[in-house]
Amino acid sequence: MTVNLAPGAAGQPPIVIEPGRPWTALDLRAPWEYRELLYFLTVRDIKLRYRQTFLGVAWAVLQPVAAMLVFSLFLGRVAGVTSSGVPYPLFAFLGLVPWMFFSNAVSGASNSLITSSNLITKVYFPRVIIPAAAVLAGLVDFSVSFVVLLALLVYYGIPLTGGVLLVPLLLGVLVLLAFGVGTWMAGLNVKFRDIRYALPFVVQLWMFASPVVYPRTLVPERWQWALRLNPITGIIEGFRAALLGRDFDWPLLALAAGITLAIALYALLAFARMEEGFADVI
Amino acid sequence: MDAIIRARHVSKQYRLGVRAAPYGTLREAFVRAARAPLRLGRNGHARVPTLWALNDVSFDIPSGQVVGIIGRNGAGKSTLLKVLSRITRPTRGRVELYGRVGSLLEVGTGFHPELTGRENTFLAGAILGMDRAEIARKFDEIVAFAEVEKFIDTPVKHFSSGMYLRLAFSVAAHLEPDILVVDEVLAVGDLAFQRKCLNKMQDVQGHGRTVLFVSHSMPAISRLCQRVLLLADGAVARDGPVSEVISYYVGSGLGTMAERRWDEPDLAPGNDVARLRSVRVRDEAGATIDAIDIRRPVGLEMVYDVLEPGAVLMPNYHVYNEDGVCAFIAHDLDPEWRFTPRPPGRYTSTLWVPGNFLAEGSMFVTAAASTYTPMAVHFLERDVVVFRVVDTTDGDSARGDFAGHMPGVVRPVLPWTTQLEPALESAGRQRVGA
Repeated sequence: MTVNLAPGAAGQPPIVIEPGRPWTALDLRAPWEYRELLYFLTVRDIKLRYRQTFLGVAWAVLQPVAAMLVFSLFLGRVAGVTSSGVPYPLFAFLGLVPWMFFSNAVSGASNSLITSSNLITKVYFPRVIIPAAAVLAGLVDFSVSFVVLLALLVYYGIPLTGGVLLVPLLLGVLVLLAFGVGTWMAGLNVKFRDIRYALPFVVQLWMFASPVVYPRTLVPERWQWALRLNPITGIIEGFRAALLGRDFDWPLLALAAGITLAIALYALLAFARMEEGFADVI
Repeated sequence: MDAIIRARHVSKQYRLGVRAAPYGTLREAFVRAARAPLRLGRNGHARVPTLWALNDVSFDIPSGQVVGIIGRNGAGKSTLLKVLSRITRPTRGRVELYGRVGSLLEVGTGFHPELTGRENTFLAGAILGMDRAEIARKFDEIVAFAEVEKFIDTPVKHFSSGMYLRLAFSVAAHLEPDILVVDEVLAVGDLAFQRKCLNKMQDVQGHGRTVLFVSHSMPAISRLCQRVLLLADGAVARDGPVSEVISYYVGSGLGTMAERRWDEPDLAPGNDVARLRSVRVRDEAGATIDAIDIRRPVGLEMVYDVLEPGAVLMPNYHVYNEDGVCAFIAHDLDPEWRFTPRPPGRYTSTLWVPGNFLAEGSMFVTAAASTYTPMAVHFLERDVVVFRVVDTTDGDSARGDFAGHMPGVVRPVLPWTTQLEPALESAGRQRVGA
């Protein structure tokens, strides 16, 4: 911590501990002061993720590759799902890489508070750091599978275009969305352990409600509005456009970013409201 | 007064139901929401039993003061520390902290068994509020203090429990906040290391740091603190100089502990080998007493269960006076059991402290049972009982006819020899005069 609120330090306000007021303004200063803890917790999560596993970081490749093979077989071959002009395996992998990051980050974050109960009852720091670290730790897996994705593009002979430069932006939106949903669920999970059981199922449904393994055009016209409201749609379509060198659907992307921002903001407010009770109920 | 901590009317309410079922389910929430309209006009919370763990607690602590917090279990000590360290918020009231707070409510917070000593040092340091540069700067010192240099790159799951605790405490002991909040963490580790930690904490005091220290150990409190807050039922029952508050506590019945028992075997201190079931202070007639005439012997009786056959067990007592000075440590050397593996069963061992041995004042007893080859402490319960030694000044104790303050840890009646060399009256006078 860099602040040192010594008595008499010029103009430094005291730390005030009071009963919480619900829905107060967001305090983003405290998490910023603890950014080094965010770093250490992220590193811890990364180190622990594959320690004591036999295959180690290969899991980061195996998961999306296995999913791609399964979907290629059942949707690509058997059901004959179209894939908007690119080989189905590549099409599916382009959706699965961001999706797997999202789903792992959300489920990791949502359980992160419960598994850190020993920290929460014993030491103060902004609790939001715990789910945030769980989300950031997933970036290592994402990077590994992204390299595989690039290799796959090379294999299918698809040249990279300037669109690639948008990948960091898309990833930023994706991380923010995962952080928003994960943090919100993490807070609820402390109070309602039902989340733990319901969430994997909901995430699974969400995947099939998003154009991860099928193209957007497959959805009937009267449901397109619902698909557009799903921020995952814009993000994954963005990834495909960026890496396949196609035109961006900017309005769709802007909508996704806007909805993501709204979710993240709401999650932070809801989390701040729930946070004060964590130590008493966890 | 230049207060660094200012607490005003701090109260904390817990819903008792929360303990039994720490978290709700969605179903309950839906049911509650559905019923809510029907409950309008009635007080929906009235039926939930509540407990005020803290009730209108106010105090000021000036910068640099070391304050002990004492009280029975459930008096609100831990809740107060949790509020001060911002882990939980008060239900009412307000605390102002004019400095950086470091809290140490548990040794090893944030340690992960799979990570190495080095990784854990950085992680735990960050969790306690140190920044990376600070940890890096103190790293060698932390490791040396814990005496784990050789194993620092080994996952801590391979550490012995002693090494683990030493490293964990060492990280915490190197924290340099303006306000340090400590909960009973010294009740771990071996005695030599505890001593070292106490010294380290006194160092902290020397640097003008404010320390709040919860402990059941009156010796530790009186050694470290300048001032003591006594909590009872969530309120401040006494606040003042150490000796005053401790003697009030010990004499008030709030702290009278001439006997302690554990009726629930699972909650009794101990391990799979032996568990302590009760300790009491008794006189020769067998009555439980909390004060003894200095001339009479006093018995310290411990009842313990041996659960596993085969252990050679050596019960022992450590007796401390009010100043925290260890008056003595005594092992049970009974030849019948000294080298004999004990069959399972309930044992009662009594140590007899002879009359005219201890000095006046309150004595704090630590009861333990250990095996020395290999070394294992099966239980070690600090300040398990307290008794007072009273010198009635009848003239036949070591005090003799002296009625003033008599220092000393022991007050034995010892044999004296006196030799008289009869003086020649005239020669003596001459010598004096010469």
